[in-house]
Amino acid sequence: MIRFDNVTKRLGGRNVLDGLSFEVRKGEVFVIVGPSGTGKSVTLKHMVQLLRPTAGAVWLGDECVSAADGAALEKLRERFGYLFQSGALLGWMTVAENVALPLQEKTDLPPDEIEKRVAEALEMVGLADAAGQLPSEISGGMQKRASLARAIVRRPEIVLYDEPTTGLDPVTSRTIDRLIAHLNRDLGVTSVVVTHDMYSALSIGHRVAMLHGGRFCELAAPRDFAASACPEVQEFLEAQYITGRSFWQEGGGR
Amino acid sequence: MITREPVLFPENATRGQMFALGVRWGVAELGRAVTIGGQALARAGDLRRAAARRELFRQMYVAGIGSLPVITVVAVFTGMILALQTGIELRRFNQEVYIGSAVMVSMLREMGPFNTGLILAACVGSAMAAQLGTMTVNDEIAALETMSIDPVRFLMTPRIVAMAILTPALSFYTCMMGVLGGAVVGVTQLNVPWTQYLQAALDFARAKDLYVGMFKALLFGLLITTISCYEGFTATQGAVGVGQATRRSVITSFLTILIVGYFVTRLFYYE
Repeated sequence: MIRFDNVTKRLGGRNVLDGLSFEVRKGEVFVIVGPSGTGKSVTLKHMVQLLRPTAGAVWLGDECVSAADGAALEKLRERFGYLFQSGALLGWMTVAENVALPLQEKTDLPPDEIEKRVAEALEMVGLADAAGQLPSEISGGMQKRASLARAIVRRPEIVLYDEPTTGLDPVTSRTIDRLIAHLNRDLGVTSVVVTHDMYSALSIGHRVAMLHGGRFCELAAPRDFAASACPEVQEFLEAQYITGRSFWQEGGGR
Repeated sequence: MITREPVLFPENATRGQMFALGVRWGVAELGRAVTIGGQALARAGDLRRAAARRELFRQMYVAGIGSLPVITVVAVFTGMILALQTGIELRRFNQEVYIGSAVMVSMLREMGPFNTGLILAACVGSAMAAQLGTMTVNDEIAALETMSIDPVRFLMTPRIVAMAILTPALSFYTCMMGVLGGAVVGVTQLNVPWTQYLQAALDFARAKDLYVGMFKALLFGLLITTISCYEGFTATQGAVGVGQATRRSVITSFLTILIVGYFVTRLFYYE
């Protein structure tokens, strides 16, 4: 569905992505993990052309995202929802107004239908009570959930999650994980998740990829990923006290 | 893509190459700023939508009402200073009754639009650059782009139209407050009767002075918004970058007001 074709991205005098090639399949949860600064968010931004590759191309089906412009790019982006790491809510609008924004701006839905869809989305992320509050009046975790509601309110085919659980408490993190899994399982949303959180990655991912040196050093199903011989993967898992066998024995993962 | 990727010069470039690249980059950025300003005006039709109109009124309130106190103080004191300085000179020739005309003409032609432009650049333009810059570094602009919402139409069009309406209106207000300030000095310090002051002011005021002054103010409003929004949209590197963008927007606006002001005066008054 989304295909990276030999993508190189040069930033700050170095190749952040270096000939990266992979494909995200329709209906899967594809998780990208890796240490900070390895280009996970950069990879995600290429999928909606917030960045353009220095070399190579990004494809969505038969359409080249990295070459799209104007109305074609607008149409491609409408197929995506994007959860930003910071939430990226507009500060002068209430939570409900933020969630309603893509519907008000990009659809002809009547106001009562917009209100209904916003209420549904907020209910889904457990923020029905915070609809009238400003982003500055709610916690970071609530902001992230509000941002998720905004990302899914237009019912996109693909949702991109940039570190959805970073900075959240474990309970809220698992709530977000369940929400991602629910959207994928019940609504068929293709998801690409960038995270440091290996528990989250192994729990919700159909496939997990480790970005190292501008390329994937491992790309496998969660169980195979956890058993990988790649030293970077093992170091990353051990740093979070996860060993493949113990993780599944404790009831985690797919 | 409205936000800008970091601009990198080749690591092993010579000084000459760096200079040439810098000039080329500067010209490209200028072109980009002009394009953004043009796009914002071209999308003014969007203000037919109720939500966009609400945002326009909000911007007019923020820019207009917010800067009114400082504009009033600056205008009144500018008029007072003009009246005092010209009055002192004219008194040597017993012509102080004409200070009204000096104040009126100076305010209409130059000081009204000039003061308004500088105050709006400092108060409103800097706030625009800081707000849009913060939105840029917080990924809010990127979020709008991923929702296929054009940031120029959504954020800049209401601001530029608000400034296009407000700047001439505030410039006219500045002129009137300046004339009033001049009258206070004329009547209390130079013993010019109020009616004579007003008569002299009205006798020397020409419609052309008013129109050119308003045109200048309109131009300043458009330029301040374009510069400030452009700097905000292209801010990078967190809080430091927002600070730099804000500073650049004020400095560039000040210089542009001075330079453009000179050429407009030259165009309309130099024969």
